[in-house]
Amino acid sequence: MTIGLGHYLFVAAALFTFGVLGIFLNRKNVIIILMCVELMLLAVNINLVAFSAFQGNVVGQVFAMLVLTVAAAEAAIGLAILVVYFRIRGTVEVEDINAMKG
Amino acid sequence: MPIGLESWTLARPEIFLAASTALLLVYGVLRGEGSASFVAVATTIALLVTAVLIFVPYREGTAFASLFVVDRLTGTMKVLMLVGAAIAIPMSRAYFERVQSWRFEYPLLVALSALGMMLMISANDLMSLYVGLELQSLALYVIAAFQRDTVRSTEAGVKYFVLGSVASGMLLFGASLIYGFCGGTAFVQISRALIDGKAGELGTVIGLVFVVAGLAFKIAAVPFHMWTPDVYEGAPTPVTAFFAVAPKIAAISLTVSVLMGPFKPLFPQWQQIIVVVSVLSMALGAFAAIGQPNIKRLMAYSSIGNVGYILLGVASGSEKGIQAMVFYLAIYLVMTLGTFAIILMMQRRNVMVENISDLAGLGRTQPMMAFAMLLFMFSLAGIPPLAGFWAKLYVFMAAIEARLFWPAVLGVLASVVASYYYLRIVKVMYFDEPTEALDRTAFGVTRAVAFAAALIVAVFSLAPQPLSLVAAAAAKGLFP
Repeated sequence: MTIGLGHYLFVAAALFTFGVLGIFLNRKNVIIILMCVELMLLAVNINLVAFSAFQGNVVGQVFAMLVLTVAAAEAAIGLAILVVYFRIRGTVEVEDINAMKG
Repeated sequence: MPIGLESWTLARPEIFLAASTALLLVYGVLRGEGSASFVAVATTIALLVTAVLIFVPYREGTAFASLFVVDRLTGTMKVLMLVGAAIAIPMSRAYFERVQSWRFEYPLLVALSALGMMLMISANDLMSLYVGLELQSLALYVIAAFQRDTVRSTEAGVKYFVLGSVASGMLLFGASLIYGFCGGTAFVQISRALIDGKAGELGTVIGLVFVVAGLAFKIAAVPFHMWTPDVYEGAPTPVTAFFAVAPKIAAISLTVSVLMGPFKPLFPQWQQIIVVVSVLSMALGAFAAIGQPNIKRLMAYSSIGNVGYILLGVASGSEKGIQAMVFYLAIYLVMTLGTFAIILMMQRRNVMVENISDLAGLGRTQPMMAFAMLLFMFSLAGIPPLAGFWAKLYVFMAAIEARLFWPAVLGVLASVVASYYYLRIVKVMYFDEPTEALDRTAFGVTRAVAFAAALIVAVFSLAPQPLSLVAAAAAKGLFP
């Protein structure tokens, strides 16, 4: 069996779905949410690189580089905000993030 | 591919803003804590100079191998956004000084997010769209959590970050599908692939749905609005004022340039989505705000409702619709900044209060402030002859010309429901017994913004023509 574009897209779609489900079903820890966000971005990168390889067009790989860079910045800022939050509340449990509701 | 001088000339305003932000950042770091006030003034001036540079001298075209586009629509949207950002900085000073968080990073983060918004507005390729959007979002996450010694502000930061990055992820997944099925990321390539029928139709539509979902998150449209009330309530009030204007203008402009640009051939498909999102936003904005005691939360729902009206203009897909959208955004900017200026003046014994009941009796204790608030509330409710009435009128006219009868009717009904909670604020100010009067504040800038905005809202009907001409000229950018 040869591995075609469809297989790559399937893997990416599955990873992306795990990421989204992880964010919405997870009731434990915000760090897990950050990991799920990374999972989503990696799924996107698989998509981009697979399309790029199968179309013989380099744009997708350039895009993947940009996504990697921005994802690093995003993780840094997310962790920084989380540290600030932890200093005040002493917890990063999802259930405890409830000072405001409406 | 060499990049000609022409590209650099077209991106002059962005380059100026980036360079001045970098210089001011160095200055702030070298001078330390005491530099906040100077940096704030300098950043405000830099933002205003950037706004001037956009139209003096005016040029249009695409730059950097068509990653970046400049035309009348992007220029107008950038000016509106920059004015909002420039006014938001001086308005924040008194607030942050009181809570001892007046640091030089704040104006610089506002300027960086404004730079991201300019790139978003000018995006002409999925890659520049993504990078602009992230530059804006990353700066906004930080300023939501800027008052880092309070639970509410940091919690707003956490929530905004988590939901915002999910939205970026969805948008990006959509972008990767569009790239794959259209064979390119440039907007012209996408639209050519769609017109020639070379694009995989189904894959592109799925990608488009993801992209629209991501954008709906950024403009806080139903069903992707759930972060808005919490973030607006939790973030420091001046930050909320900024959130309610600048990012909204930029994200709506981006939505329009994506939908009306590369995806014009898919108009029948996306029109249904936008109509549904628009009607739901108008309805939620009207009903959810009814029981809100907190005025910042109420303004969050109000902004969701306003996005619904703006999207109705977008859903018309016509030149009239885009004109109505620009017109609405300009008036929304004035009304919202004015309302938040009043909210920033709400304090009792030197503590900020933000409940609607705290406004009780304001009509007697501070008649000028109460009258300004009354004008904003009547205008947001869409009562003639105030400015907000014209904004809604243009949107509904555009919708009816595009034969969107039912959405227009539902929009009018939603605006009737929404006027209940706007008028309740007026009732509380004029007819409720005061518990304890609010402090008389002497904020120069905030007070000036409130009264200038009130004046514009009040006398707008004498000359609606100039703004309407500006909006028409901007809409020409999309319909050459």
